[in-house]
Amino acid sequence: MMSKARITLMKGNEACAEGAIAAGVRFFAGYPITPSNEIATIMAQRLPQLGGKFIQMEDEIGSLGAAIGAALTGVKAMDATSGPGFSLKMENLGLAAMVEVPLVLINVQRVGPSIGMATSPAQGDVMQARYGSHGDYGIIVVSPSSVQEMFDLTIKAVDFSEKYRVPVILLADQVVGHMRERLVMPPHEEIETAYRTEPSVTPDAYLPYRGDERGVSPMAKFGSPYRWYANSSSHGEESFQATSDYAISEKLIQRLTNKIEKNKKEITEVREEFLDDAEIVIVAYGCTARSARGAVLKAREEGIKAGFFRPIVLWPVPNEEIGQVADKAQAIIVPEMNMGQYVHPVREAACGKAEVVSLSKVGGLAISSNEILEKIREVVKSG
Amino acid sequence: MAEQTNLSYLVDKYFYASQMPTMWCPGCGNGVVAMSMCRAIERLRLDMDKVIHVAGIGCAAVAHWYTKFTALQTAHGRALPSATGIKFANPELTVVVTMGDGDAAAIGGNHLIHACRRNIDVTAIVYNNFNYGMTGGQVGPTTPLGSFASTAPYGNAERPFDICSLAEAAGATYVARGAVYYVKDLISLIERGIRHKGFSLIDAVTPCVTVFGRRNKLGTPGEMFKAQRRFTVSVKKAKDMSPEELEGKLIRGVLVEKEVPEFTDEYEKIIAQAQGRGE
Ligand SMILES: Cc1ncc(C[n+]2csc(CCOP(=O)(O)OP(=O)(O)O)c2C)c(N)n1
Repeated sequence: MMSKARITLMKGNEACAEGAIAAGVRFFAGYPITPSNEIATIMAQRLPQLGGKFIQMEDEIGSLGAAIGAALTGVKAMDATSGPGFSLKMENLGLAAMVEVPLVLINVQRVGPSIGMATSPAQGDVMQARYGSHGDYGIIVVSPSSVQEMFDLTIKAVDFSEKYRVPVILLADQVVGHMRERLVMPPHEEIETAYRTEPSVTPDAYLPYRGDERGVSPMAKFGSPYRWYANSSSHGEESFQATSDYAISEKLIQRLTNKIEKNKKEITEVREEFLDDAEIVIVAYGCTARSARGAVLKAREEGIKAGFFRPIVLWPVPNEEIGQVADKAQAIIVPEMNMGQYVHPVREAACGKAEVVSLSKVGGLAISSNEILEKIREVVKSG
Repeated sequence: MAEQTNLSYLVDKYFYASQMPTMWCPGCGNGVVAMSMCRAIERLRLDMDKVIHVAGIGCAAVAHWYTKFTALQTAHGRALPSATGIKFANPELTVVVTMGDGDAAAIGGNHLIHACRRNIDVTAIVYNNFNYGMTGGQVGPTTPLGSFASTAPYGNAERPFDICSLAEAAGATYVARGAVYYVKDLISLIERGIRHKGFSLIDAVTPCVTVFGRRNKLGTPGEMFKAQRRFTVSVKKAKDMSPEELEGKLIRGVLVEKEVPEFTDEYEKIIAQAQGRGE
């Protein structure tokens, strides 16, 4: 018998929790913060029903630390936060990147800096999500635009984290987290997510930091006969300290970065509409992509050849795809709820082939399609 | 089988010879604490695959560089949250934590008190050398009032924490203090801590000869080891001493040991309840 998909009306944050459960997440550690709270509330309720574990730690540093510990024992782990909490995550995010722990961190963005506005949306953490912890490392950041995507992309984030042994950030925002929309949930048994590769060699031969052709190493569960050392210091393939061996340290940093950058083709996901003849293309993500698409439709009605491009995976940057857009278009507009963050990688990818214009709005109000339409008209005029 | 006490057997079983010599200074007491932990584990006959060694950052928190357990080195002060995650996710594992006193009581102080409160079955060993060894001997939360440190050149104006009192007040269900001079006791205290069901804290007093010792003119390593006879006193002896006599002395032995419901056990009840099979 085929089980049927469940169709419901749901909040984005609720869909995120459902997606995590569907993807096999069975450990959640968190610390309360608006506008991400619903995720923890649902996980506290649901996880024990599934034999999973929920813990509210003493702060955001502690909760990501607990998720790291749990993930090392072989369970799929998640954590959710926002604003000031995201800043506190940076220390342990670097640890997760360094020791290559698969886990998912949700950030429902709110207005900053500092406490900012707890219940108003922003997209101010785009750069922090990529570069927030000190040093160089690779990371994957996905950006949902709808309740459906809060579900689908949480699953995808879990999948990526396990495939690449990397922390993955779902960079949502207060709009997407709190709005209610129709959600189609396929039966759990139809949802497939990766699970980290476990070592197949003998315990003596196990090298926890020897990358395969993708740069990813098999990962043994803590407590298995594969004794290994998850080392936050620079380390070699066997995991001992690099101490002052700079070649080992260099190789590690390059692999940590390249296991994401070099696998970009498999990771990248974009949505493209009306690009064939587009002269002006809007590159938008998250909640802003919703108004951006509306603006493109309105511009088309006015006879303006507008196109729509949405990076669903924000980091790594889909520069090839953006480059192709820039080949054909005259101008690219990047509307975002910050002082201009993602516009920078877009400009770099466009490489001077198209003019890249920032449309920035901060303070907590979403960008309307009319505001974007206005910008499109302005760019057309200045031609 | 009698307990194995043969040193070369223990070194071979528990330590990576390839990583020796250790980075600890000659005369440092850290090796005594690390070996005491391994001897305690040997006495308990634990399956080494199931022992997870978690550490923060510092001179103390390099013990796991040498031990042959699966290990996680976290960030400075962050050992306990990850130890909590490991134990909570898989309660079958024995989780031992190595921290320095700055690691445990300054940057990690919040995690420490909450681990005590939560009463998760993790054994935390604090290598207490009264200063920040690794970074060159700065003043820390356990530095005695008036002692000198690189960042207290005129003497420490702050009052120190007694880590054991802190842990007790925060609700730890096993609190003990050992000292490297009394190594046999230290092994037993750690053994008892690991056996204890609940959060265990062992404050292991150990000399930092190179920075704390030199700056405070505490003499040779041998003298610093022996000085522990003077400034520590056993629980038993302390019973008959007046508060004046106990002034400036650290009490050695088991300070707290009580049976209280343990966190992962309590959570199992929650799982049973959530799944409709609760009482
Ligand atoms: C966040 C952070 N702050 C500071 C440091 C630098 N640091 C490394 S070890 C250490 C102190 C170690 O002192 P303690 O915890 O008492 O251990 P000991 O070295 O004395 O054994 C400090 C401050 C760090 N690694 N990370």
